Amino acid sequence: MNVPADRKYTRSHEWAKQEGSLIVVGISDFAQESLGDVVFVETPEVGREVQAGEAVAVVESVKTASDIYAPVSGKVVEVNEALADEPELVNGDPYGVGWIFKLEPSNPAEFDALLGPDDYTKVIEEES
Amino acid sequence: MKRDFPTLFERSRTGRRGTRPPRPAEVDLAGLLGAENLRAAPPRLPEVDELTVVRHYTNLSRRQVGVDTNFYPLGSCTMKYNPRTGEAAAALFAELHPYQDPGTVQGALQIVYELQEYLAEITGMDAVTLQPAAGAHGELTGMLLIRAYHESRGEGEQRRVVLVPDSAHGSNPATASMAGYQVREVPSGPDGEVDLGALRAALGPEVAAIMLTNPNTLGLFERKILELIDAAHDQGVQLYYDGANLNAIMGWARPGDMGFDVVHLNLHKTFSTPHGGGGPGSGPVGAKAHLAPFLPVPTVKREGGRFLLDFDRPQTIGRMRSFYGNFAVMVRAYTYIRMLGAEGLKRASAMAVLNANYLRKKLAGVGYRIPYDRLCKHEFIAQPPEGLKALDVAKALLDYGYHPPTVYFPLIVKEAMMIEPTETESRETLDEYVEAMAEIARRGLEDPEWIAHTPYRTPVRRLDEVAANRKPVLRWRPEEA
Repeated sequence: MNVPADRKYTRSHEWAKQEGSLIVVGISDFAQESLGDVVFVETPEVGREVQAGEAVAVVESVKTASDIYAPVSGKVVEVNEALADEPELVNGDPYGVGWIFKLEPSNPAEFDALLGPDDYTKVIEEES
Repeated sequence: MKRDFPTLFERSRTGRRGTRPPRPAEVDLAGLLGAENLRAAPPRLPEVDELTVVRHYTNLSRRQVGVDTNFYPLGSCTMKYNPRTGEAAAALFAELHPYQDPGTVQGALQIVYELQEYLAEITGMDAVTLQPAAGAHGELTGMLLIRAYHESRGEGEQRRVVLVPDSAHGSNPATASMAGYQVREVPSGPDGEVDLGALRAALGPEVAAIMLTNPNTLGLFERKILELIDAAHDQGVQLYYDGANLNAIMGWARPGDMGFDVVHLNLHKTFSTPHGGGGPGSGPVGAKAHLAPFLPVPTVKREGGRFLLDFDRPQTIGRMRSFYGNFAVMVRAYTYIRMLGAEGLKRASAMAVLNANYLRKKLAGVGYRIPYDRLCKHEFIAQPPEGLKALDVAKALLDYGYHPPTVYFPLIVKEAMMIEPTETESRETLDEYVEAMAEIARRGLEDPEWIAHTPYRTPVRRLDEVAANRKPVLRWRPEEA
């Protein structure tokens, strides 16, 4: 399972990557694989203030619907508009063009506390 | 696109017809309805002869899998047999009109009244409305009662959160949102029941209600239900009972006695009336006395020997449905309750539980995994043997003449198959089903290509579910020239 080392992860299978002053969020390869073919992504409203751990987006597959949680607190500044027409981007490239939203973090310490790639790999080994 | 089964519109031929309706007397339609409401051109209806219509629908019906043709253990949906007696009883009332004077429909009102009473008795509630048209509609009605109750006490602003377990029916959080609440999820413990500690921690003055199903969606009875409800009531939190699983406990335990404040029932599940396309359904709501002032109007009351429509409820949430709800469904449920009687209802639940436990044990014996392997209620969760997918097993079952179980629900179990045999199936049927499941497991593991391409013997083969979800075609449209 692909777990890039250039970002952090959560137990609920989101990834978070620093991009300048922003945090980009998506779901991991493991998450997209477990969900199966994604058919719909509901993105949050731009400008919304969110708390770490708050459900802010929904990814729906043929099998199930899953909440996506904000890995860190902050303000939603951008969402991936392309997912409205092409939800399959989440399956095809979960770490790249399949990103879901970008946050302006309000507490940088939260990012540092997220799981590193090695710890996240252990999480998915436990679950599979 | 050429379909293998054309619609009636595609079978239409100009000028062909089956019947000649009488020509109506000349009426000034524009005067009656307003000229702006009249069609400029006649509607495009299929022009077909009677035999074409008969063949069309008969052949369509032969392509279905239904309770009347096949074993249908669709978890959570309680696809029990609907006795024909209920159909005959419902037909007796086909000529009634909802605008009739109550004095001319006393028999119909008596049925509504007595059904209200029976359902109150079965659930342990003080008052019942039969208005809601289906389960989710009943849920919304129930949550609006709770909201009106909190508002009447000046706590409407304060109580903004509804708790639901992570194993809940999807309609529960959807209902809470629809009723204007924020949803907070409560995790299940390793035993599959609500984690009481986590629930206590989630309680607070901002919580309006908890929505629960008991037995829960894993088919397990919540053994700590009394403690849980006491903890919630201590904080002024109302308890909502999702009655989708009432078939497991009818006559044995009552939500009202457990402490629930409001409950909805699915007459089209527990009380043996048709579902879905064969419906409509009916989702009556029962309430304890403190919520009764908010029930929709009208209900039916008895005064002396007369039955009256009772609109006298100043705090009502209003109407939830035009007229009186789905009356024909009520007649079927009433008939079912009267046919079975109190002992019969109790026995129906016992048999439903016995059948589920029999299947649970048998399937465990042929390689299926049972994640919560203890005495279950009317349904249970199985997982396919390691290496097989629930979806593939479901598709393969179609070739063996069975309706698949509910799959991938509840969400907390991977590759979940939710199996509910119901009480109306014989041991022979269950044994044959287990044989088919055993063969599917064995063949599927030996020959992954075979199972990946099932079904082979159905009118259409494996459907492209992804395309159907991403680009749904929801209605037929004529191909414009």
